[in-house]
Amino acid sequence: MNRAVIDLWVGIFVAIGLGALVFLAFKVGNLGSVSSSDSYELSAKFDNIGGLKIRAPVKCAGVVIGRVSDIKLDPEDNRLAVVTMKVDSRYKFPRDTFATINTSGLLGEQYLGFDVGGEPDLLKAGDTIKKTQSAVVLEKLISQFMFSKASEAPTPAPAK
Amino acid sequence: MLDGVARVLRMLGGNVVDRIWRLGYASRFLFSVFMLSGTAFGRFQLTIREIYFSGVLSLVIIAVSGLFVGMVLGLQGYDTLQRYGSSEALGVLVSLSLVRELGPVVAGLLFASRAGSAMTAEIGLMKTTEQLSAMEMMAVNPVARVVAPRFWAGVISMPLLAALFSALGVFGGYLVGVVLIGVDNGAFWSQMQAAVDFREDVLNGVIKSVVFGVAVSWIAVFEGFDAVPTAEGVSGATTRTVVTSSLAILALDFVLTAFMFRGV
Repeated sequence: MNRAVIDLWVGIFVAIGLGALVFLAFKVGNLGSVSSSDSYELSAKFDNIGGLKIRAPVKCAGVVIGRVSDIKLDPEDNRLAVVTMKVDSRYKFPRDTFATINTSGLLGEQYLGFDVGGEPDLLKAGDTIKKTQSAVVLEKLISQFMFSKASEAPTPAPAK
Repeated sequence: MLDGVARVLRMLGGNVVDRIWRLGYASRFLFSVFMLSGTAFGRFQLTIREIYFSGVLSLVIIAVSGLFVGMVLGLQGYDTLQRYGSSEALGVLVSLSLVRELGPVVAGLLFASRAGSAMTAEIGLMKTTEQLSAMEMMAVNPVARVVAPRFWAGVISMPLLAALFSALGVFGGYLVGVVLIGVDNGAFWSQMQAAVDFREDVLNGVIKSVVFGVAVSWIAVFEGFDAVPTAEGVSGATTRTVVTSSLAILALDFVLTAFMFRGV
């Protein structure tokens, strides 16, 4: 086979392979959505983060606006967890924004939700969100319910 | 009795020493391929020709297998996921299993049997028909002229083939999940994009496929170069290429996975 034909086929092959890589990066992966270049960092302190993981989405009104970048225990106060997140710099939020840890669906993954406040001052890069609400731990809820039930006066046995 | 035990031990030891000796020889060979790669890149036409034989001619088998693997994943994944009422996660299941594991591994296994065996047979036959010795007589180093271009062609082709395999597999999963069964199109893609990270998943898959490409090409050219110059020797070398590189791919995959995905 002559050289030009081989070159053509190898060219087609490399183009298809690179095309597949681009498809994987943008259509399958998340390279097209939030990139790290145009984002700013915020942090928030929680009593309990439940099952929140690094790379969990940060959502506002259901729209993904960023990702959790780091989770660690507060070095000054060991009772609190510090969650650092990267938020798309197109979106700005007031200083009294409420950060909550929610669950999508009954068994779904946990995400960080923003409830937008009304203050005119906006959060800047590196700020800490003051108002937070921790994850709902199902076991705690159930045990609270059980204890409150148990502490009530015993109900009389049903009549036969 | 004691004689028998000694014979078994001697055989065992001989085998082990033989294997280690071959591993050392293969490593030295790989080093000399790296040192003599100047020709493969200086006269890139040689490498392009080999990419044609190992990459372009493997396109069909990789594409068809990728599509079917994706379609099977779609069917099986849907069957299990819909029991938990989360059939929208089908996209996540198909794409993560392809990009992280199946893409590089199955493409590597197919590449070893389609292109690796051909490489071994070609180099082995060149040795048998004394073409390699003839080159040496003409002061052309056969490692630089024959082996290095084939090695680099394999290393270049393998990641591209694995990417194609994964991409077509995702498309196959889409065909079965969305077009045939009727999973929601938006949820399929958006959940997939939310779960698949470029650096963590896609790039790690590419790294895996590069490693497999090096391993398969190395084993293939070494077995060819080291083949006993008889018809029987070449056939044995070709078999060894497929067996050894398949085992190497699976073992390396375990090691790489243990390094890459430990669950944050």
